[in-house]
Amino acid sequence: MNSATKIHIETEASIAVMRFDGDITSTSKGAVLEAYQAISKTNVKKILLDFSKVEYLNSSGIALVIQMLMEANREGQKVQIFGLSPHFQKVFTMVGLTKYTTLHADEVAAKAAFAS
Amino acid sequence: MNESPTAVELRLPSRLGFEKVAMGAAATLATLMGFEEDRVEDLKTAIAEACINAMEHGNSFNDLLLVTLTFTLEQNTLEVKVRDCGSGVHKRRPHAPDLERKIKGEEAPRGLGMFLIQSLVDEAEWKEDGPDGSYTRLAIHLPVTARKGHRPV
Repeated sequence: MNSATKIHIETEASIAVMRFDGDITSTSKGAVLEAYQAISKTNVKKILLDFSKVEYLNSSGIALVIQMLMEANREGQKVQIFGLSPHFQKVFTMVGLTKYTTLHADEVAAKAAFAS
Repeated sequence: MNESPTAVELRLPSRLGFEKVAMGAAATLATLMGFEEDRVEDLKTAIAEACINAMEHGNSFNDLLLVTLTFTLEQNTLEVKVRDCGSGVHKRRPHAPDLERKIKGEEAPRGLGMFLIQSLVDEAEWKEDGPDGSYTRLAIHLPVTARKGHRPV
């Protein structure tokens, strides 16, 4: 019933973009965390999470985002997020994630935020 | 919609993914009643979380145990009861997540479901349902301006 999570990583200069496609739920744990671990901790200090093709996200999926933020925090990496629907922008804010990352309307704005 | 309450029942296996069926039903009923899209999205997320809690904590993902949803459509309120066969999470209380502890790894990243349910709907409660299980009850209300017979001033 859950559609598999597909994750495509693009690395450009020192920025890695993780593009999620499908559902992000408890069954995505392996795929999400393995994809994050595949990003170089030494060379990549800026990570963009792209949710624009995510069809369904639940609290377990949000917990995976928290887990990535936890690791990124430990590794000194900065994370920006874009592509969330207005509803999930509200949910991420409600949960308190905006204290540790910033939600952007699109990729251009998210990339620009690394420069500021 | 009819003026007297109308009930719709839905039974789901305790298998992850089937909460999407409940989300679809909730969205259809809420839209029929005239709820705005943002409230429909709130309800869908709250229902999904209530179903997942029922499947996991109530029915231990036992496929033979059902999660039963009863949607009651009143004139200005959509109430949903999500029943499972467990002793319930009614003794727990939803609490705002401590993100700092979670980010530092001092607390498990999970455990957001009850908080989301309570934050997204107008009413939420967790109750025992006799010896046979427990339920989560949640409700959303139409804003006064969307109610039948409302005349803008």
